[in-house]
Amino acid sequence: MAKPRLATGHFTGCFGCHMSFLDIDERILELVELVDFDKSPINDKKRFDQPVDIGIVEGGVSNDENAEILRDFRKNCKILIAMGSCAITGGVPALRNTMPLKECLEEAFLNGPTIGEGDGLIPNDPDLPVLLDKVYPCQEFVKIDYILPGCPPSADTLWAALTALLSGEEPSLPYELVKYD
Amino acid sequence: MVETDVVNRIVQQFGGDRTRLLDMARAVHAELGHISEETVAALAKALDVPRVEVRDMVSFYAFFFREPHGTNVIYLCHAVVERMQGADDIARALEEATGTTFGASDPDADITLRYTSCIGLSDQAPSALVNGVPVTNLTVDDVPELVAALRGGRDITRLRQAQVGNDVRTAGQVIFAPTERGAAVRKAVTMTPDAIIEELNVARLRGRGGAGFPTAMKWKFCRQAKEDVHYVVCNADEGEPGTFKDRAILALQPNLVFGGMTVAARALGARKGILYLRAEYEYLLRDLESELDKRRHLGLLGDNICGCEGFDFDIRIQLGAGAYICGEESALIESLEGKRGAPRARPPFPVEHGYLGKPTSVNNVETLCCAARILVEGGAWFADIGTKDSTGTKLLSVSGDCTKPGVYELEYGLTVLQLLERVGAENAQAVQMGGPSGQCLARKDFARSISFEDLPTGGSVIIFGPERDLLEAMRQFTAFFAEESCGWCAPCRVGTTLLEKCLQKILDGKGTFSDLEALETLGETVKTMSRCGLGQTAANPILTTLRNFPILYADRVRSDDGVMAFDLERAKEECCSVAGRAPATGEETP
Repeated sequence: MAKPRLATGHFTGCFGCHMSFLDIDERILELVELVDFDKSPINDKKRFDQPVDIGIVEGGVSNDENAEILRDFRKNCKILIAMGSCAITGGVPALRNTMPLKECLEEAFLNGPTIGEGDGLIPNDPDLPVLLDKVYPCQEFVKIDYILPGCPPSADTLWAALTALLSGEEPSLPYELVKYD
Repeated sequence: MVETDVVNRIVQQFGGDRTRLLDMARAVHAELGHISEETVAALAKALDVPRVEVRDMVSFYAFFFREPHGTNVIYLCHAVVERMQGADDIARALEEATGTTFGASDPDADITLRYTSCIGLSDQAPSALVNGVPVTNLTVDDVPELVAALRGGRDITRLRQAQVGNDVRTAGQVIFAPTERGAAVRKAVTMTPDAIIEELNVARLRGRGGAGFPTAMKWKFCRQAKEDVHYVVCNADEGEPGTFKDRAILALQPNLVFGGMTVAARALGARKGILYLRAEYEYLLRDLESELDKRRHLGLLGDNICGCEGFDFDIRIQLGAGAYICGEESALIESLEGKRGAPRARPPFPVEHGYLGKPTSVNNVETLCCAARILVEGGAWFADIGTKDSTGTKLLSVSGDCTKPGVYELEYGLTVLQLLERVGAENAQAVQMGGPSGQCLARKDFARSISFEDLPTGGSVIIFGPERDLLEAMRQFTAFFAEESCGWCAPCRVGTTLLEKCLQKILDGKGTFSDLEALETLGETVKTMSRCGLGQTAANPILTTLRNFPILYADRVRSDDGVMAFDLERAKEECCSVAGRAPATGEETP
């Protein structure tokens, strides 16, 4: 029987959740036994080409490329998990939601202290993703089946959730794994 | 500084009494036009309280301006019924005639336009308060004349539309029957307090605000509370959208209201009574004060009432400043004490720990009228009217899609259909019974009876005709609760806004069946987890229509493929315009 397929995705965040995922340490050998990796920053596979059983996404949605890939994840994954604060609430990048995007861009590219008079330019290359007016949590775009809270969720939390799902059980995380104070 | 002088003078008028801060703020506001941060500081200094206490209070009430505004203020009522009757057209006409927009003032600072929620004139909608004067049955054609009168400094009370009709469509035996001034009080002085309470017990009188607590029991608890001082409070802060029955009572039967308060005073051993009048009804104040004066003159108020040695009682009228939640009894008491109208945690209940910490009986206007009538006619007479658990009559404020809106005094036990026939609305699609905080009834419910046993109601009855977009009305009700939420507890503060957003999404055609489930779950959370009655009922418009009109919702949701309808193009607009680039198509080369 073919192994379940696992995909991970990264949007607007710090990659800390993926780092935490790697903190499962030697258990990654066990994971390789349990699943086949599909599209993921870990193996650098770019596109979906077959159905995937579990997708895990990190980060909020701050541009059109994020939105498109997130929708791709939903279309291709049977179970979709939002991992970490940014995916669930927008997190730290969403701090910019308190001010207009115009002000953010002008501060960064026109009026910042390291920009010489008249040297500034707001990036407008057509190859760049277009920023959205705000940073949105993933569930504003697609249905999310499970959330794993934390900034980042610990490796043990990720491991417990993933192994439960892979064995066909409903994940039930003990309090210690989702408490962060 | 002018502010300081005005503030100091007004604070002195009220003897520097912190608990009268609402009155002081009202007086300062009337004189200075608004309450600036300097005024707040001056009030705080004069009363020797932290500035935040004053700011907390004045920022809470809708009728306090914090910044300078136009000489004239038009508060256009923008509640559901008013919008059904064309308030939006009036709003556009007002903006055109004044050259300003709602929320702002015209360039000459002549006129400020504001929206407000229900002002108790739904039977004469669209309506507005213009410098506190009610104008009713407005049409678009009336607007230029109104604006010209304001600009010309003319007396707007002379305008044709500046009148409030108080026609009672049906007068019953209890509230709107002829009344002899002082009859109830003269009877009360011949009875012991226990006998008065027993008479109400025989009458099986229950509170008319909607909850239906037995009045005899409330008075008994209050009387038994061992304190030297007791208070009688009349709740004339009917803010439930679509209700206006108390307006009719206060205008037509004030002596019955004050009679009821005096009877309560006798029963409780209270020496002071307060009638809390909603700010929207300020125009009733003069007549109410003159009725109080007449009663003092006749010995129906004051010392040794009706010659009864030691029976001293007087009433003052406290005006509110625009806050729906102050209709809740503990919020009302907070407001009476000069604070923001945030409901208290209960217990202790007001009957033990109420106004100024003393035992207080807060009763609805209509309940007190019933009490006065019961003393005159007898408890047994009253208990014969209505049904077993709902004795007497009920005032209903009927508005919306019907040919005869107005106040009806009807015996309990009447069915919804009988009511609809009477008011000219047999073809109704739905009836909002008890206002937004009540329930939205479908035709299947029209055989049910208006009574505590079946359909309890505070009195607001809003009728939706067959053509109305019912769910849009429910969205407006929900938005009303989000606006009126005091913000104390998260389920209400956050939940009401989420409910409105989720419903809006469904109305926009972007919702799915999973949103309907989410709406119901969220509604139940807001209902069960909120701190006070506002939050506990805020989800009712949505929850009762989900139950009674599931097809209306099902028709407006799309199939669920897991991808939400998100307006990506709109979200990209700002970046494209700032960076000066065309919206990227999102297509990538393979």
